[in-house]
Amino acid sequence: MYLYSLTLQQATGIICAINGSFSGGKSQEIVVARGKVLDLLRPDDNGKLQSLLSVEIFGAIRSLAQFRLTGAQKDYIVVGSDSGRIVILEYNKEKNTFDKIHQETFGKSGCRRIVPGQYLAIDPKGRAVMIGACEKQKLVYVLNRDTVARLTISSPLEAHKSHTICYSICGVDCGFENPIFAAIELDYSEADQDPTGQAANEAQKHLTFYELDLGLNHVSRKWSEQVDNGANMLVTVPGGGDGPSGVLVCAENFVIYKNQGHPDVRAVIPRREDLPAERGVLIVSAAMHKQKSMFFFLLQTEYGDMFKVTLDHENDRVKELKIKYFDTIPVTSSLCVLKSGFLFAASEFGNHALYQFQAIGDDPDVEASSATLMETEEGFQPVFFQPRKLKNLLRIDQIESLMPMMDMKVNNLFEEETPQIFSLCGRGPRSSLRVLRPGLAISEMAVSQLPGVPSAVWTVKKNVNDEFDAYIVVSFANATLVLSIGETVEEVSDSGFLDTTPSLAVSLIGDDSLMQVHPSGIRHIREDGRINEWRTPGKRTIVKVGSNRLQVVIALSGGEIIYFEVDMTGQLMEVEKHEMSGDVACLDISPIPEGRQRSRFLAVGSYDNTIRILSLDPDDCMQILSLQSVSSPPESLLFLEVQASTGGDDGADHPASLFLNAGLQNGVLFRTVVDMVTGQLSDARSRFLGLRAPKLFSIIVRGRRAMLCLSSRPWLGYIHQGHFLLTPLSYETLEYAASFSSDQCAEGVVAVAGDALRIFTIERLGESFNETSIPLRYTPRKFIVQPKRKLLVIIESDQGAFTAEEREAAKKESFESSGVGENGNIEQMENGDDEENNDPFSDEQYGYPKAEAGKWVSCIRVMDPRSASTTCLLELQDNESAFSLCSVNFHDKEYGALLAVGTAKGLQFWPKRTFEAGYIHIYRFKEDGKVLELLHKTQVDGVPLALCQFQGRLLAGIGPVLRLYDLGKRRLLRKCENKLFPNTISSIQTYRDRIYVGDMQESFHYCKYRRDENQLYIFADDTVPRWLTAAQHIDFDTVAGADKFGNIYFVRLPQDVSDEIEEDPTGGKIKWEQGKLNGAPNKVEEIVQFHVGDVVTCLQKSSLIPGGGECIIYGTVMGGLGAFLPFTSRDDVDFFSHLEMHMRQEHPPLCGRDHIAYRSSYFPVKDVIDGDLCEQFPTLPMDMQRKIADELDRTPGEILKKLEEIRNKII
Amino acid sequence: MQASDRFNINSQLEHLQAKYVGTGHADLTRFEWAVNIHRDTYASYVGHYPIMAYFAVAENESIGRERYNFMQVPFC
Repeated sequence: MYLYSLTLQQATGIICAINGSFSGGKSQEIVVARGKVLDLLRPDDNGKLQSLLSVEIFGAIRSLAQFRLTGAQKDYIVVGSDSGRIVILEYNKEKNTFDKIHQETFGKSGCRRIVPGQYLAIDPKGRAVMIGACEKQKLVYVLNRDTVARLTISSPLEAHKSHTICYSICGVDCGFENPIFAAIELDYSEADQDPTGQAANEAQKHLTFYELDLGLNHVSRKWSEQVDNGANMLVTVPGGGDGPSGVLVCAENFVIYKNQGHPDVRAVIPRREDLPAERGVLIVSAAMHKQKSMFFFLLQTEYGDMFKVTLDHENDRVKELKIKYFDTIPVTSSLCVLKSGFLFAASEFGNHALYQFQAIGDDPDVEASSATLMETEEGFQPVFFQPRKLKNLLRIDQIESLMPMMDMKVNNLFEEETPQIFSLCGRGPRSSLRVLRPGLAISEMAVSQLPGVPSAVWTVKKNVNDEFDAYIVVSFANATLVLSIGETVEEVSDSGFLDTTPSLAVSLIGDDSLMQVHPSGIRHIREDGRINEWRTPGKRTIVKVGSNRLQVVIALSGGEIIYFEVDMTGQLMEVEKHEMSGDVACLDISPIPEGRQRSRFLAVGSYDNTIRILSLDPDDCMQILSLQSVSSPPESLLFLEVQASTGGDDGADHPASLFLNAGLQNGVLFRTVVDMVTGQLSDARSRFLGLRAPKLFSIIVRGRRAMLCLSSRPWLGYIHQGHFLLTPLSYETLEYAASFSSDQCAEGVVAVAGDALRIFTIERLGESFNETSIPLRYTPRKFIVQPKRKLLVIIESDQGAFTAEEREAAKKESFESSGVGENGNIEQMENGDDEENNDPFSDEQYGYPKAEAGKWVSCIRVMDPRSASTTCLLELQDNESAFSLCSVNFHDKEYGALLAVGTAKGLQFWPKRTFEAGYIHIYRFKEDGKVLELLHKTQVDGVPLALCQFQGRLLAGIGPVLRLYDLGKRRLLRKCENKLFPNTISSIQTYRDRIYVGDMQESFHYCKYRRDENQLYIFADDTVPRWLTAAQHIDFDTVAGADKFGNIYFVRLPQDVSDEIEEDPTGGKIKWEQGKLNGAPNKVEEIVQFHVGDVVTCLQKSSLIPGGGECIIYGTVMGGLGAFLPFTSRDDVDFFSHLEMHMRQEHPPLCGRDHIAYRSSYFPVKDVIDGDLCEQFPTLPMDMQRKIADELDRTPGEILKKLEEIRNKII
Repeated sequence: MQASDRFNINSQLEHLQAKYVGTGHADLTRFEWAVNIHRDTYASYVGHYPIMAYFAVAENESIGRERYNFMQVPFC
């Protein structure tokens, strides 16, 4: 089996983010690392974050830093990754790419202990960069400029110290003196030598300054001093005239200012009042903001509270360090303060946000200061505060993040054309159920009812140079309605349009006159109000029209074509007539190429299943240039011109090209390339869009021509980052559409459907899914779908949190004490998303109050996803938490379908996994499945992490035991068990009489149940220890799994073994009695192996398109979605593996990781072709594309077509 | 050191041990070996952000706290 791997949605979580001016000048951009993807974001004028560029780098990004050479206008990006190399990138604005300026190898690849890449620090003046590892190694590179002002990088200077752990590094701002880097280090050499453990207890962290002597080209340890043992992060303090220099050491509960030859200045971090005493407060992210006259720091704690830290200093003596409560936002992995007054918060889990500063925290608030620090016998006196709603920040935009995706299922619950992806995302109070649909999101701006059922709509400008449209013209069966666009849209009658007849086309003709084509003629309305009418000869009517700004072609009933041109005086003149053999089904004229008088091509579709290209040149007017036969009569034609571009917003170079698109009556969109000179058609592609014949319209998207196809659902064809994408829009069926532009809405679409006129805009271009989100209460763990009842059952649980009642009580208490009226019930706690909610403790913003680690809260929820309503919510009592669920039909059928939920009471992970008890709850569905009622609860001797129905009974994986239960009156009854599993059963799937059991650490075990002997036995297992995170049964012999290290693999029982077991009357049991090496007698074979580079949490076998083949869909912790499609032909396998090979050679990954080594990080990649790499083909320079294509005996166009085809098979 | 010593197996081992942390030797105890494996493992966790996120969800802590714990555990 060969698979094609394709990322459907790139990871949405963010590892780290940096800001700077990467395109040069005054613009502010943000570079974010999403695991293996590097993204460039820019807030636009409206404060919306736009993604400019996204590059998959096939490696794990671990750290990012930006620097600027003195006097330069532009920031460079340094990337620390798992490649064992330091890479410096520059953003190339013209080509919209990241250009690799330098790549220096310093060590082995992989995330290793002593190979640098984990930490990056920059000298604030941009003269040197330090790259560090967790242990021992630190390298310093000197950055400089050569004579032509190119960036140069020196050979590495070592600052190693063995037996030393490094916690954080940063640059020290010391003006233009020798660059200094600071590091928090811990020397463990003594602790290692001392078996009594005393030295280990006394080990002390140090703050060490490393000085780079630019004259000697040497790094030396300049200064080292003890710091607080809780130190975890360093922040550079401005120096060299702007501030006192030195560093802020963030430690557990403290922030300490340190510098060489300066006494420590220490202040406590204020604590939340409800925080348990044993918990510390750790700073997890920091940002520094520097203006001419002042600077301050924003530090965020692990609970989400942000503090503004200011230093009171006189020259370089710091007198006081103040920590003032600023605001509370969800915990971030990085904070970026932009010069334009924005704060970008890259959330650890859940949506990222862009905030605008309303104030910089100058108002009085809870403050801790070094001056008021009090030391008592128990340590330093803490300062308390109460979180409040945002005062200094205002959220203006957010970017969706699915991180962490906990479970995912593909199902067509809503009975739409394509299945929906239901995913459980987020953590704690920010968790949600997200329904993903392939397609672009739209935002509806207006819907208005019309006095009838319209058949068509157009928008028209009064003058070519106008920015906005002047009229919306709507045609009905026997009338035409003209609406003028202004402040409001209202009907007008002075436009000159004939309103007593339906219209066939309305457009701007020449520079400033309007044309209305109706069945009996053409009405030409001149700018000064004069009206010219052209009448059809005899009783014939006009049936089809094609026009551009200077040319009009009409088709009369019977098949006559008449061609008009606008002459010099602006008159519409008849030029040519042509008789076609039969009725014309559709026609279109290509847009006028720049600098030309007329366009040369007319496309005519006929009912004899052909499309003809006719010439409009005066020399060979109405000559047939080419002919294309298609599978079904064409319904609509559209020429789409792709302008020549050398980069710009969309990446690589493109020569100008012209595409002819045809919507056929069988619902297929047919697309071919038109030769700009000869009019020959080539490179035909077709794609099924829906059940109705697609109608094609040209609209404007991001200033470029794009195509809107209206079939049974709307589709948009547009160019994004160098790819032509055809994506569905998540909107209802539309009849007719036109582009729309007014001063409220620059790029919109006006469409008619039913009796309504709709105006909408298309959002978030380039994304392949749009989502609707339904909030949940706790971290969701698993869910099941009840397809018949269209309900979901979700289990949610959180560790270290208080139950709803306790939270409610605590809330009430604090309300009473603060004098605020009582507010809300439990339901209100879940709608934290709306800003108007005056609740000062919206949990979504502040997180749940922390409880001790062994305390759990959990609930079982029945949800109707269609109405987003919860029909039943059972909060588990008594420190129980739910971990598994399944629906089960016991064979006696007394109750019908029941719900089994596996729970644990008092589960604890540290220092050892312990629990008080495990239970299996059995619930009964009532009221048509909407409500649950507990039937009984059975105590078991382990945590039931996996449940599954099997032959009218319940299979449960309880610790290392697989057990079969039957339903009793008061409890479940044990029927049979097998205790031979090595560790903990984490997944169970069944097919016929086979049971596929996944062990948490030991991969898959294939079991069988023998009813006559009532025995469960393992007949095959895997040879590789795998830490399973997800499992999916594929076929009788095959299972797919994902392990903790980010690999996906398939195992299969060899055919002969499988046959033998099925034929053997004992079912392979005799053999089972003689297992091998403490394992099963048979071993499964690994047939597929691939490193995804992200922890896969859910696998699902499904098809995302109607009628498409099944593929494996996976979701990851970082909120990405991907698919594996099995190849159906050997030719495709050959083609793609060769393409992949050439791509590996010609286009090595951006950050220096070897592609094949990355995909084989843990196990050698086997039989999977990396579609993400293949899809980078269009971004290559044209000559490179041609070279690869030559090697493959194809043209670049054919390769693109192949790539498009295979993508269309998946989504 | 004589020229021949440089190619001697012991000096080669010493060189490896100095250069690559965790290179074992003949008298390595089970404990030392395990400690070394733990340190490698934690360093790998810290380097792979998705794994840290996975643990952070399991323990309901922030990723920053999780990273701090992983750096702290094996050495103190």
